[in-house]
Amino acid sequence: MQPVGEPGASALSAVGLCKRFGERVAFEDVTFEVGRGEVFGFLGPNGAGKTTTVRTLATLIKPSAGSATVAGLPLRAENEVEIRRRIAVMPESPGLYLRLSVEENLTCFAHLYELPKPKPRIEAALQAVRLLERRADPCGSLSKGLRQRVCLARALLSDPEILFLDEPTSGLDPVAARDVHELIDGLRRQGVTIFLTTHRLDEAERLCDRVAILNTTLRSIGRPDELRDQLFARTLTVHTLAPLPEPGRVFEGLACVESWRAEDSTSYVLGVSDVTVAAPAAVRALVAAGADVLSVGESRHSLQDVYLELVDEDVEGRRR
Amino acid sequence: MSFSWTRVRAMAGKELTEYRRTGSIISTMAVVPLVFILPPMIEIFTSSASALASGDRLIYMLGIPAIVPAVIAAYAVVGERQQGTLEPVLTTPIRREELLLGKAIAALAPSLLMSYLVYGLALALVEIFASAGAATAVLKGGEIIAQVIFTPLVAGWAIWAGMAISTRTRDARVAQQLGTLVSLPVFIVAALIAFGAIHASLGLVLGLGGALAVLDFVGWRVTSALFDRERLITAGK
Repeated sequence: MQPVGEPGASALSAVGLCKRFGERVAFEDVTFEVGRGEVFGFLGPNGAGKTTTVRTLATLIKPSAGSATVAGLPLRAENEVEIRRRIAVMPESPGLYLRLSVEENLTCFAHLYELPKPKPRIEAALQAVRLLERRADPCGSLSKGLRQRVCLARALLSDPEILFLDEPTSGLDPVAARDVHELIDGLRRQGVTIFLTTHRLDEAERLCDRVAILNTTLRSIGRPDELRDQLFARTLTVHTLAPLPEPGRVFEGLACVESWRAEDSTSYVLGVSDVTVAAPAAVRALVAAGADVLSVGESRHSLQDVYLELVDEDVEGRRR
Repeated sequence: MSFSWTRVRAMAGKELTEYRRTGSIISTMAVVPLVFILPPMIEIFTSSASALASGDRLIYMLGIPAIVPAVIAAYAVVGERQQGTLEPVLTTPIRREELLLGKAIAALAPSLLMSYLVYGLALALVEIFASAGAATAVLKGGEIIAQVIFTPLVAGWAIWAGMAISTRTRDARVAQQLGTLVSLPVFIVAALIAFGAIHASLGLVLGLGGALAVLDFVGWRVTSALFDRERLITAGK
């Protein structure tokens, strides 16, 4: 694991972390490290244990086994209050006091964090989420998207070392979700460490430096492109105008081409170890063979492909 | 990090602002006192002075600090849980003792205000409109002092009992019903004294006062011990 940010300075780490509720395992044997300033995505299907992991790291739930360090402090009962002072959590449900105004909500939380000069902090947080002009509005009168923004402002108040975002765009329309993405992008540029749980793989791919895929146990962890490379062979897809008479003679033995197969009469998929070497070699071989080449392109697997591959493996495993 | 009065004040202030803007709480605070001022007033204005000589009629009004804060306190934790506002608060550095004390102060303040206001109103009505004999029979210095002292003690018991229930139940309505039930014994004792069924000797008054004071002190610690973050966050709503 190579966390982004200062070398060796991890903001958050877990070793063999586990939580059971009686017989039911919420998550187990979870080990990871998040570097300072890193945006770390935590992906998984419903019931995978994502929210329980966040609650455990945020000291709301006691782990059944394993250890963790949060914002430089071991996750132990005597450190709970100090850990909560150093982090902020934006839960899936905003949990705002609907009868209180935006500013009253933030003032209450500023005092709960004992912030020395709450007013400027509140203004800065509202400015960051572009809600300064709605400060006097009761939270009950705001749309879901605006409530999420208030919730984010509340999380930013204490200038946290680690920000836990639990499904921050859940249930939001695309425009509101885009707004939240932009805000997270802004925080990332400011160097805030973010632990993001999400179902939205496009969101994770766009925002996260690394992702972990959890399905009760940690299934995989790494940069999205690393995960793709781990799970899927890199491939080139070649389209020709007419079928090749002897495709084996064209593709076999080419530099960095490990395998090939015909997808249909004029399309061929090459398994390659290095696209930058294999693609020019394939084009040269095709031209030398007199083929009319329509296109040669790398087939990209998305994070969604990685996710589905891992989660489907679990589903298949359970069926067996 | 040590105990923080700033966080207690933040929680109490938030609660009081919410009360002011919640119609059901305002109506509870307005209606319940009526229930407790009417019976003694009717009796005082319809009975002879000799009939009023036994008992301490206005002690019946201790029902106000027994019931009003119990209803509010019983909602305090489970209500936040049902609204989904508890989890964000619990992710802040607030300790459970601070959170509960803030909520208790917020329940106590309006209950005391309402109890004293209504009691003052009752005293004024008797002084102005009751016959001289009835006023002399009802307005006793010792009873007035007892009312002033017992009002916060009774309210304290009602609050901690209500809040203890609130930390362990899943439904706000159930919590409020149970909170009211738990306050009933205190109210029943007050009613028995008010109507002369029990003679309020100095020993009894001191004993009851001492017991309530101890319960109020222990109540905060017991309720704090019952407040289990994990259970409140993870148990089904």
